[in-house]
Amino acid sequence: MSAAAEMNERAVGDDGRTPWLRYLMLAATAIVMLYPLLWLIGASFKSNSEIFTSAGFWPSKFSFDAYAKGWKTSTEYTFATYFLNSFLITIPRIIVTVISCVLVAYAFARFEFWGKKILFSIMVGTMMLPLIVLRLPQYLVFRELGWLDSYLPLIVPSAFATDTFFVFMLVQFLRGIPRDMEEAALIDGCNALQLLWHIIVPLLKPAIISVIVFQFIWTMNDFMGPLIYLSSVENYPVSLALKMSIGATEEVEWANVIAISVVALIPSVAVFFAAQKHFIEGATSSGVKG
Amino acid sequence: MYENKKIGFLFVLPFVLGVLLFKAFPFVMSFALSFTQYDLIDPPEWVGLRNYEEMLTGDPLFRKSLGVTLTFALLAVPLRVGFALVVAQVLNFRLKGINAFRAAFYIPSILGGSIAVAVLWRFVFAKYGLVNIILSKIGLDPIPWLADEHYSMWTIVLLFTWQFGSACVIFLAALQNVPKSLYEAAEIDGASQGQQFWKITVPLITPVIFFNLIMQMVHAFQEFNGPYLITEGGPLHSTYVLALYIYDQSFRFFNLGYGAALSWVLFALVGGLAAVSFWSSKYWVFYAGEKDIKK
Repeated sequence: MSAAAEMNERAVGDDGRTPWLRYLMLAATAIVMLYPLLWLIGASFKSNSEIFTSAGFWPSKFSFDAYAKGWKTSTEYTFATYFLNSFLITIPRIIVTVISCVLVAYAFARFEFWGKKILFSIMVGTMMLPLIVLRLPQYLVFRELGWLDSYLPLIVPSAFATDTFFVFMLVQFLRGIPRDMEEAALIDGCNALQLLWHIIVPLLKPAIISVIVFQFIWTMNDFMGPLIYLSSVENYPVSLALKMSIGATEEVEWANVIAISVVALIPSVAVFFAAQKHFIEGATSSGVKG
Repeated sequence: MYENKKIGFLFVLPFVLGVLLFKAFPFVMSFALSFTQYDLIDPPEWVGLRNYEEMLTGDPLFRKSLGVTLTFALLAVPLRVGFALVVAQVLNFRLKGINAFRAAFYIPSILGGSIAVAVLWRFVFAKYGLVNIILSKIGLDPIPWLADEHYSMWTIVLLFTWQFGSACVIFLAALQNVPKSLYEAAEIDGASQGQQFWKITVPLITPVIFFNLIMQMVHAFQEFNGPYLITEGGPLHSTYVLALYIYDQSFRFFNLGYGAALSWVLFALVGGLAAVSFWSSKYWVFYAGEKDIKK
């Protein structure tokens, strides 16, 4: 957050009101919003009968049975396989996203080239294009290439900066950075790649962290992509495996599903909190300015 | 060096290829497919406008689905954007520990799209779920949220609203750019908090309200995970949104031509509404520097 933004925040006490009223408002909203999640965590330790009778989130007796059973699943694989699969999709995808989006954003923010204005409009336009229109033909293309039931359809498009939201975010961020350092490096005889690696990437670090966090969470949450492209259970990521366990279970085994849902949320929550500071600020400072 | 068009073009090349391969080509191809009948086994057969005719005249499920989608968007978009604005306003207070609240309010948006939360939602609104437990504790009758066609829509609308975080972060950035001096001046003139909000804050952030409305509308028309996982489109197709219908036609029944035609109707709908919004925006969106705010 810039110092100017800090200055513009409305200070407490300006209007003579006490802050406790505001804390009360914030806390009440936070409780209503987060209570379902707390309840889910509590319920994962409850017995099946207690889940459906108690609105409190604190279990009367802690039991880890549901975790053990849920982890094993009713398939021949455990959730260890599904988590591994999720990471095998997510990590390569993050790497290619960061590389391609930084290159493209650098070009848009700094260079002159033919068709720049049109390309930039196309990029902003595709953010509004409903993905669902593209799903079907993309499926046919990947089928033609023999990529179905592999992770390639989920990873390769990102290597071409197709997640334009990230490009846009990085461009906005770069535009706010003065060019002094780059000019100095140019005089010292840096070439474009050296400049990018030694000057631009370090400056872009907060925005790159936002890209990593967003892409991690979105890819972990992605459901429709794997649903369309993956067919064998051994390739399923966590999202599909969870859906499968809902479909396969009677209400009796809901406790296991809840326990695994809690586990499935851990990576995203962990990444979010690890990068929380950069994340919200990166998103705020590169967001659309009025 | 920045004037060197070759280097610039080299850097932007991945994007050019990506747009051509993964956006433009599929876009054109889906349009072409929408005039065919195709089941993945036999080669596509040209049928002209038949898919579109079928939709308009012989497919009650399409009409139902269109109505459901419009209802969903009409409820969910204003709720999410409105809620995001109110919460952003509160989060803009300068208080100790406000960043913890900012993070907390963002959590549902991070997790909201995940399958785990869809599981949670099915629980919260189940027959003996959290909401009904609470209702019975305060002496009200339980409501069959997921089993009654009149209530099922609300479960997915609430899930959509709950994930207001990204709209909220964008509002927060905008609110922080409103000059504090304007509020101070209004304070001296004796304007109330409500007046300050409606007369200063809202007019100054109309571009961002507009941006959020458009983006959330695009999201809402494509909503898939909620209806697919929580209600499975039911009961009685009461939550059978177009995205779900397109998925079923394309990937379950393998009517790829019809699926493509449906997706183009969805695209035209979103595009048309966006065009209307852009047209209307000149009457209510004020860009700083272009118009005098005090007018």
